[in-house]
Amino acid sequence: MKSIIFGFATALALTTAGSAFAADKYKACFVYVGSKTDGGWTQAHEAGRMQVDAELGDKVETKFVENTPEGPDAERAIERLAREGCGIIFTTSFGFMDPTLAVAAKFPDVKFEHATGFKTAANLTTYNSRFYEGRYIIGQIAGKQSKKGVAGYIASFPIPEVVMGINAFLLGARSVNPDFKLKVVWVNTWFDAGKEADAAKALIDQGVDIITQHTDSTGPMQVAEERGIQAFGQAFDQIKAGPKAQLSAITDTWGPYYVKRIKAAMDGTWKGGESSWDGLKDGILTMAPYTNMPDDVKAMAMDTEAKIKSGELHPFTGPVKKQDGTEWLAAGAKSDDGTLLGMNFYVEGVDDKLPQ
Amino acid sequence: MRLQLVRRPQHSSLMAAVSPLIAFALTLIIGAIIFIAIGKPPGAALYAYFVAPLTEMWSLHELAIKASPLIIIAVGLSVAYLSNNWNIGAEGQFIMGGIFGSLIPIVFPGFQNVLTLPLMILFGILGGMAWGAIPAFLKTRFNTNEILTSLMLVYVAQLFLDWLARGWLRDPQGYAFPGSIRFPPAATLPEIAPSQGGAHYGLVFALFVAVALWFVMTRTLKGFEVRVMGASPRAGRFAGFSSKRMTYFAFLLSGGLAGLAGISEVSGAIGQLRETISPGYGFTAIIVAFLGRLNPLGAVVAGFVLALTYLGGEAAQISLGISDKLARVFQGLLLFLVLACDTLIYYRVRFSAGRKAGEAA
Repeated sequence: MKSIIFGFATALALTTAGSAFAADKYKACFVYVGSKTDGGWTQAHEAGRMQVDAELGDKVETKFVENTPEGPDAERAIERLAREGCGIIFTTSFGFMDPTLAVAAKFPDVKFEHATGFKTAANLTTYNSRFYEGRYIIGQIAGKQSKKGVAGYIASFPIPEVVMGINAFLLGARSVNPDFKLKVVWVNTWFDAGKEADAAKALIDQGVDIITQHTDSTGPMQVAEERGIQAFGQAFDQIKAGPKAQLSAITDTWGPYYVKRIKAAMDGTWKGGESSWDGLKDGILTMAPYTNMPDDVKAMAMDTEAKIKSGELHPFTGPVKKQDGTEWLAAGAKSDDGTLLGMNFYVEGVDDKLPQ
Repeated sequence: MRLQLVRRPQHSSLMAAVSPLIAFALTLIIGAIIFIAIGKPPGAALYAYFVAPLTEMWSLHELAIKASPLIIIAVGLSVAYLSNNWNIGAEGQFIMGGIFGSLIPIVFPGFQNVLTLPLMILFGILGGMAWGAIPAFLKTRFNTNEILTSLMLVYVAQLFLDWLARGWLRDPQGYAFPGSIRFPPAATLPEIAPSQGGAHYGLVFALFVAVALWFVMTRTLKGFEVRVMGASPRAGRFAGFSSKRMTYFAFLLSGGLAGLAGISEVSGAIGQLRETISPGYGFTAIIVAFLGRLNPLGAVVAGFVLALTYLGGEAAQISLGISDKLARVFQGLLLFLVLACDTLIYYRVRFSAGRKAGEAA
């Protein structure tokens, strides 16, 4: 027994010496809210990080922390990365906003980028993706594919980002079926496969024949596959979880953005205080292949996608009424970005009361 | 062949004292084997987990931030468990403490003076006590199982906080995002040594309550009463102790301390009321209480050890890309091995061949 312990102690002493970082490479670091294999939001960021490794691997070293709870734990994780010598740090959840801001103030020489937030600083930018463009397209597909004219929406938190997605989905659906209805279930989590699957079952039991989600796991897709209804993937192509169920998926494609920003950080052209909000045309958002649908629906979806890319179609174009029947956008009027980013009301046709 | 546990007539008091250390050493050895199995250098991994977080001043402060709520809660739970009152709902009492204390800076933002912080802390303690009083009332009045009621009330508290942070207490300038206003400096628990790191006065509270309750438990009649009522309520009744009063005492004390931890966390570490304020401190503190052998001073050591596994998990992810799940494995291993070591100190394993007659059924 003694010799075993001695052996371990020796091994410990020997291997500790080799734990220093590979020097000289620029360090780009990522903080994830979920698991890097969640099959959704976080995995999409992980795919972006791997693209950085593939394209810039000889000059850049990447690091990440996954499953980081929002709040003080996030602040510590971000600070640890800043102290480990990261040149640029991407924090990839809305709830990391204030922690990122706090650490950015402490480390003025480190560059920070926060996904989906609204606070910036001299060394902190925000970046976001116009997810609503994709949601409009899948809404249109749902409008065509649903026989009952009712879809179910598994929503995470009633923040503007999510409300915007619900509205965009319904406007898309109503553009092809003016009587389309939408049921919403709030699960109050970004990632909880069990809870999300339960919400999917509850919605199906209430009679919806198509579901979509603003949560990160593949749980709802698996339920859709089992129950024989159709669904849309979220953040990541979820076709493996629903080979017969998935119609398409809004696929977050962060890689090109990360590569661009890390290059800018290295050559000194990176500027703080900015907010980036790219969409389908910039490639930060791509649609997974349109599957399990007739050719005419597929053609319609591709046409809409092309029109959004060219700028011919803006999903939030009047006439649009709010849920209470008052006018929001007059005929032909387009919503400004500020209203979208602070959206706290439903459009007409949502069968739910927005938690206030 | 059968395995039997036979109670030892005498147990070694030396072994009883060092058992957590043996358990910790075994955890390290099993951890090293796990690292070898997944192809990571065991030395570097164990270093990242258990040593690296201790090598820098700011990291020690972070350790204190993480350990303080665990210690404050675990000290209260130790006393409750010794008295045979199983409060599993410290997580909920922690949350209610955070909510009650936060009402002062959120509802009365103009009230900013030297009294703000003491009042917040008082409200926090009262909030935790009020939430803890519910299972105590149900147990003493209706003989309800307190394990279930206190646990269920955790979920009520979590949803209540969620509802408040998105509704009534939400920052009106926050673009409809959940979360209250940021607390002003007068409502923020100050840092102990701001030039070195972020540790706040929660650490002082933790050390103070640990020493105070250690004194109560070992040097006062109340401590004796807790032990007697825990070991034998019948004997306690002959001594004139009331088991109902003891239940209230246990729940109000552990609930109040959980509330203190809650408001300290909100005011010191977070700086606003959010829709979630705890990564499960109330549950992890149960491990801390047992690892500390239900001794308030033991809880201090155990709190730091558990806090270290959290920080180490993060450090190992960054330096070696090891999954954060392993931090949980370490926490589980540690508790399991402590209990296993204890069992072997009090019991002897005996192998006996064959089955005796009548045991075949």
